Amino acid sequence: MRTALTILAIALSGDIAARDAAQTAAKPTGEAIYRHVCQGCHMPDGEGAKGAGTYPALAGNAKLASAHFTASTVYHGRHNMPHFGPQPELGEFEAYVTMHLDDEEIASVVNYVRSHFGNHYTDELTAKDVAALHADASPERK
Amino acid sequence: MSDRNTPLSRRELLRMIGLTAGGAAMYQAMTALGFAKESKRKGPIDLSGVPRGASVLILGAGMAGMTAAYELRNAGYSVQVLEYNARPGGRNWTLRGGDTYTELGGATQTCRFDEGLYVNPGPWRLPHHHEHVLHYCRELGVRVEPFIEANQNVYVHSTTAFDGKPVRLREYNSDFNGTVAELLAKSVKQNGLDAPLSSEDGEILLEALQLWGALDKNHRYVESNDTSDRRGYKRAPGGGLSARPEYSKPLAPKDVIGSRLWQYPWLSSVYEFQETLFQPVGGMGRIGEAFGRELGKLIRYNARVTRIEQDERGVTVHYEDTGKSGATQHARADWCLCTIPLSILSQIPMNVGAAMAHAIAAVPYASATKVGLQFKRRFWEEDERIYGGITMTDLPIQQIGYPSYGFFDRGKGVLLGAYAWGADSFHFNAMSPEERVAAAVKYGAQIHPQYNEEFDNGIAVAWHRSPFTMGCFGIWSDAAREKHYDNLCAIDGRIALAGEHASYLPAWQEGAITSALDAVRRLHERAVGGAHA
Repeated sequence: MRTALTILAIALSGDIAARDAAQTAAKPTGEAIYRHVCQGCHMPDGEGAKGAGTYPALAGNAKLASAHFTASTVYHGRHNMPHFGPQPELGEFEAYVTMHLDDEEIASVVNYVRSHFGNHYTDELTAKDVAALHADASPERK
Repeated sequence: MSDRNTPLSRRELLRMIGLTAGGAAMYQAMTALGFAKESKRKGPIDLSGVPRGASVLILGAGMAGMTAAYELRNAGYSVQVLEYNARPGGRNWTLRGGDTYTELGGATQTCRFDEGLYVNPGPWRLPHHHEHVLHYCRELGVRVEPFIEANQNVYVHSTTAFDGKPVRLREYNSDFNGTVAELLAKSVKQNGLDAPLSSEDGEILLEALQLWGALDKNHRYVESNDTSDRRGYKRAPGGGLSARPEYSKPLAPKDVIGSRLWQYPWLSSVYEFQETLFQPVGGMGRIGEAFGRELGKLIRYNARVTRIEQDERGVTVHYEDTGKSGATQHARADWCLCTIPLSILSQIPMNVGAAMAHAIAAVPYASATKVGLQFKRRFWEEDERIYGGITMTDLPIQQIGYPSYGFFDRGKGVLLGAYAWGADSFHFNAMSPEERVAAAVKYGAQIHPQYNEEFDNGIAVAWHRSPFTMGCFGIWSDAAREKHYDNLCAIDGRIALAGEHASYLPAWQEGAITSALDAVRRLHERAVGGAHA
């Protein structure tokens, strides 16, 4: 399935002609998603950042013990963390201000962060597990 | 009339209308998010009768905070402003040669633009109906000049249409209008519109379509002087023996529609982007700088707010000096106007009620990236006759903005080489500043091959890496606005919030300023009304 992420990952690799081919391309790995999206805030080594506020570190973050919590945070957003699940009520404006990861992509990237940056959790999420989170919205965003 | 015996089938017509409705639907979406609301100034704010010794502590020296500080000080309040940055303005900000910027993650960029050249990482245009921000330009002596938004000579570009070559907006616009006018005229003539039109009305509509679309007497959009006079000539008319013009050939109707480039031309019809627009001479940051000069020592810079605590008599704010000392300090006043972006405020302990606290946590922040690129010469003017305006593309850079100042200058020039939102912007966030600049050059060279020869240097601001906002602007869904907006704006005890996030004009300085004036008015009513200690 064509997603903004796969298109962009390929676009950024420098081959624009390949953007259409992305429709049939293999899914990006959890690592690729982390490198192209998450590290924008959580930084390349998962160390987070501090300015007027903070972006939490993923390295050594005890909250990652829960795969459910981690995936829910990615899907629904939390505090200043944007949501990567769909928010159709934003209408066409949505693609303009946010980006989407599908369930499989969210599972991959959650599995990646929970097994890197000094994290060694072995339980793995599947796309199905992420799909089960759709209903339980983040309490803050309701 | 059946679809079968109509040259333009009903289905095709509906498809056409559906296609053009894409823009309208987008506009509705933007309108719902407040991008097209009125902002009428009703004259100076009335803050008379300030209680003796009354004080207000303002958090944030952006447009909202400094507007509030300016008006409250003028009215007689004792005012203090705490600001995280070492400069006034917040997102009202211009990067010029010699400026440095350190983003989250620690990368520091030094702007290497020539004297007089700049990029505005944040807002860059002032609509003529944003009366409040223009009022403060006048009041503070900030000179403005036209910002050129609509320019028919820029490009629209799709990597998957017209062999990936950019098309002049003038050509595309003319051909789109002509194509649609011709199709509609056919329908009208065959009585296929299925609209309540008398035959006389139909004749009038045909006249209108002919004029609007530059159609010939048979209502066809064809290569002609009339169409070249819209889309431009292959060889323009001149004088003397080389006078005779050569007409240009319209794009194929199938490509005009199928290229989907119709998603761009309507943008300059959006209320916020309609002529006349202005920009401060020398960069948008001139407004923040002028406010900063005006307020002087009332602003305490390098102050990182860590806690906001109210009691029955006032508000105490804890902050760290981000300079050398790092020491925790306190400021206290009767009232507090907090303009800290919700992305950050949602992390700061503050004893307000559940309604305001939930509202603060309900607003995620949009991602946006801008890249300023300096070139050795103004090739877009010299080679392509582009003077201001914005090229639109489906490349990750999304937009190329041409400067509305310094026309014909012989020296270097600065373009806005990327202005990306959404997914494209997330990818820019994840790059180092050098990678962002390199990407903007690489993509832009597909539209302007001169980039390869003429690129000099660049600077990139990804708003999610900005230490003072951690995002670009607050995204309000209709549902969130319905549930939380009034709670966000309502005064909680002695604390009021303001900023673009507390407005129906998200991301616009006008929203920040009007929200501040509204909050100040209500705080003043409370202060006068006896809630004062």
